[in-house]
Amino acid sequence: MSAEELKQLKPGQGPHEPEKATLEGKNKFLGFWFFLGGETVLFASLFGTYLALKNSNLDGPSTQELFGLELVFIMTMILLTSSLTSVYAMYHMKNYDFKKMMIWLGITVLLGLSFLSLEVYEFYEYVMHDGHTFTSSAFGSAFYTLVGTHGAHVIFGLCWITSLMIRNAKRGLNLYNAPKFYVASLYWHFIDVVWVFIFTVVYLMGKVG
Amino acid sequence: MEKYAGSTSYEFQKEKNKQDMKFQLVTFACMIVFTLISFGLVIAEFNPMFTIPIILLLACVQVGFQLYYFMHMSHKGHSLPSVFLYSGIFVAFITILAMVTIVWW
Repeated sequence: MSAEELKQLKPGQGPHEPEKATLEGKNKFLGFWFFLGGETVLFASLFGTYLALKNSNLDGPSTQELFGLELVFIMTMILLTSSLTSVYAMYHMKNYDFKKMMIWLGITVLLGLSFLSLEVYEFYEYVMHDGHTFTSSAFGSAFYTLVGTHGAHVIFGLCWITSLMIRNAKRGLNLYNAPKFYVASLYWHFIDVVWVFIFTVVYLMGKVG
Repeated sequence: MEKYAGSTSYEFQKEKNKQDMKFQLVTFACMIVFTLISFGLVIAEFNPMFTIPIILLLACVQVGFQLYYFMHMSHKGHSLPSVFLYSGIFVAFITILAMVTIVWW
């Protein structure tokens, strides 16, 4: 990175689309979309496994008995909203408003954390009260692998955004870190994309039967 | 970097970003409505043969919104990202089809 890239930028001082203004930024952008293509395949294999095994519940509860829709609905709303707040963060980044970007990223992280704690609570209830564990049946293994992998992505996304915020707190926005913020927000949207299919395929279709 | 300050292109971009943000708010409202419809259909306990295709369709549309507006795939310079993502979706589709059909037959 050059000194030019590290220069802190204020509104009206930089090119539009700061995330793609440097070669490094362009490469990050392309590389990240390539990675998202791979992630799609990863989650597809987990979805495929789940769909194939969801009725193999042995003596454990079936999908219809197990799932409740209230908690899932709240989790869905939280994650959808966090997607919008990260859009707001990127809106302010494009206008070089560093402070507002940080505020919106902070809200995104808080929403992500509340989603995660609800998911932990959900798993705890399944394991402690419903006897639905990773090893109880093929349905259990497939369910926890799919939803757990998504949860692990949420954890990683939270760590990623938080460390970006801490690392760049005093730096302000420049052409070196703008692509980093942009790519992290793409990752956060992708987590939401996967969740849309999880709540439809796992919970809603599980409830329908 | 002074060349950008106060220039018409800067004002233009700012206005354009604002327009984009408005679209994204509408997108968000649509996504919330789709989610409500999906949950509503399941709670109302319609015929599964009717409910399942519709909630799957709503999920696909919602993901499209997310990709094209929230992740800016509708903007210029996203041809390679589209190639990457659609190749992923293509393989994903075949994977799910293979695993599900193994169980069905």
